[in-house]
Amino acid sequence: MENQSCVKILNEWDIVSARQLGRNVAKELGFGTVDQARITTAISELARNIFLYAGQGQICIEKMYKNGKVGLRIISLDKGPGINDLRQVMEDGYSTSGGLGAGLPGVKRLMDEFMIDSNPGDGTDIQATKWLR
Amino acid sequence: MRIPILKLHDCLLISIQWELDDQTALQFQEDLLQKIHDTSANGVVIDLTSIDFIDSFIAKVLGDVIEMSKLMGAKVVITGIQPAVAITLIELGIGLNNVLTALDLEKGLEKLQQELGE
Repeated sequence: MENQSCVKILNEWDIVSARQLGRNVAKELGFGTVDQARITTAISELARNIFLYAGQGQICIEKMYKNGKVGLRIISLDKGPGINDLRQVMEDGYSTSGGLGAGLPGVKRLMDEFMIDSNPGDGTDIQATKWLR
Repeated sequence: MRIPILKLHDCLLISIQWELDDQTALQFQEDLLQKIHDTSANGVVIDLTSIDFIDSFIAKVLGDVIEMSKLMGAKVVITGIQPAVAITLIELGIGLNNVLTALDLEKGLEKLQQELGE
């Protein structure tokens, strides 16, 4: 699909590649510097979660065209252990890895739309979209 | 790649010029503390003018190195945070509370001199 490009997340350097891909697509779609920073930061958080908790997975960046609106969707997919308590991971300050616990609730605030689907043992699927204003 | 740390009188100056990966950030943490130890510097300015985003990992590394420097007796001022970076940090939920900041390197050095009581 030409509207979607993906980066496999296997190590820490892939986090950098995913960010760069996202920033390039955001620039191309016409997002301003603040939204570019929001999108880049959101990708970084999601890619790092894959690396830390699932070991591997992928980040896809999709260009969205809907009802005359243009947007960018980040799709984060992994086949890791999944999340037991979705409500808990969406709380600020909750972390099992010694991090700041800002990741997922932060991504939700940075983006316009946020969807998370996860079952223990079956991986995690997160989609976060930013619309061009 | 390692981030260069410059010494100016009793201060250390760092300008982060490229996107940080995790390893570079952690290496910087160690290098800065070692340099504080080696030079007996009592002030540090970290300039982030060229940085266009900070995620929670980089924020944690920065916050930690500031605390660690404090333990060793050195004060750290962060300078040059871009508007987009300030917005995304607060939206992420990271306030970097109790961190000394200044608009640019010049004001950062002034602030450091005040803090150090000179």
